[in-house]
Amino acid sequence: MTGKFETVSAGSALPANDAPVTPHGIPHRGGAVNPAAAALGASFPGAIVRTEVVWGETTIIVVPGRILEVMQWLHDDPDQRYDFLSDVTAVEYRDLDRPVEVVWHLRSLPFRRFLRIKAQLPRNAPLQVPSVWSIWKSADWIERECYDMFGIRFVGHPDLRRILMWEQYKEGYPLRKDFPLRGRFSRSEQLRQALVQNPEAKYSMEELSIADAFEDLPEDMRRRIGSGERTGE
Amino acid sequence: MGLASRPDARTVSYEPQGNEGWVATRLDFLVNWGRANSLWPMPFGTACCAIEFMATAASRFDLARFGMERMSFSPRQADVLICAGRVPFKLAPIIRRIWQQMPQPKWCISMGACASTGGMFDNYAVVQGIDTIIPVDVYVPGCPPRPEGLIYGIRMLQEKVLNERRMDNRLRDEMSPDPSSQLYISPAAIDELGEPFGNSVHQTRSAP
Repeated sequence: MTGKFETVSAGSALPANDAPVTPHGIPHRGGAVNPAAAALGASFPGAIVRTEVVWGETTIIVVPGRILEVMQWLHDDPDQRYDFLSDVTAVEYRDLDRPVEVVWHLRSLPFRRFLRIKAQLPRNAPLQVPSVWSIWKSADWIERECYDMFGIRFVGHPDLRRILMWEQYKEGYPLRKDFPLRGRFSRSEQLRQALVQNPEAKYSMEELSIADAFEDLPEDMRRRIGSGERTGE
Repeated sequence: MGLASRPDARTVSYEPQGNEGWVATRLDFLVNWGRANSLWPMPFGTACCAIEFMATAASRFDLARFGMERMSFSPRQADVLICAGRVPFKLAPIIRRIWQQMPQPKWCISMGACASTGGMFDNYAVVQGIDTIIPVDVYVPGCPPRPEGLIYGIRMLQEKVLNERRMDNRLRDEMSPDPSSQLYISPAAIDELGEPFGNSVHQTRSAP
């Protein structure tokens, strides 16, 4: 290989020689606000509750019902281009007066920006928010994980099942504040319920891509799937 | 058998001057000697203990000195299940099934605090000791145990194997399979689970 290295900026919206700089001297509160905050406020009046900047990272708190349109705009707008959903999680505070928060971590690879979106869900209503699976397909598993651990329903998710615990897990949602560390059942009951699980029951037919080929399967496999063996019940 | 005093299990007599070169010993000793020095482990490594287990098997500690160099990644060809690491409840039916798939005679080593007792993970997700699921022969303490510790446990297991009696069939007693039990695995399911198996096309199916 000859010649100097050249910076490759495939798909970047920034100049090629605009190398990333490690930030320093960031204040705890305040500082530069992500430009998405002002743009969102102009485009979606009434959807933005407030904006915070903590350690240089902008958090925008959005009305839960309008999450989907805000996310769609953040993904599609040529000045935002948040094309990477890196995490979906939730926060439950020990203070029972505070709402449960659902957190989305967005990253814009072309602009090298990070944005945190939160939705506050009141305690006296069902915990549900719209799913962003239609925008980022990576939301599939991380929303399932959030549902598994916190019990938040993502409306519009194509396959909202448990992903870490097994499907027939009956003890609740482990990361909730009212969940005891050792679970709700006795050890022997937990073990009994765990041992009757079918080790093969981890995949849906869609994941295995055998739903379409069902007629071509061997006869014994069709019989087993037809008898509901996937669920282990 | 029974209460009669046992002769020394290690007795081997031979006649060096004879041209025949014959050896007289007890069948128990011969069989156990063969078994103890060719244990094939089935590694079930789920956590940091598996790193120490790999170190044990690698060249510095060299598990091959004890006839265990052949890691058996199919439970059907394994003698010892070495459970190295914590087992969450979601893995419980899986390790149970792996144990059921191992042919007799079989032994189990529980390596480390988590596999033996759940260790520090006294929470909703972790099995509190794999002996609640499968029988365990040797527990190796440590978090994780050093390779010397695991080798000591393996030597203890070899000692146990050397002292077994073939006539004592309580050792090999197993629950007879109950087709109405949810733990029952039909031969068809075993066939399907064991799909990539062995090097021979004749090795792929369970007994009908």
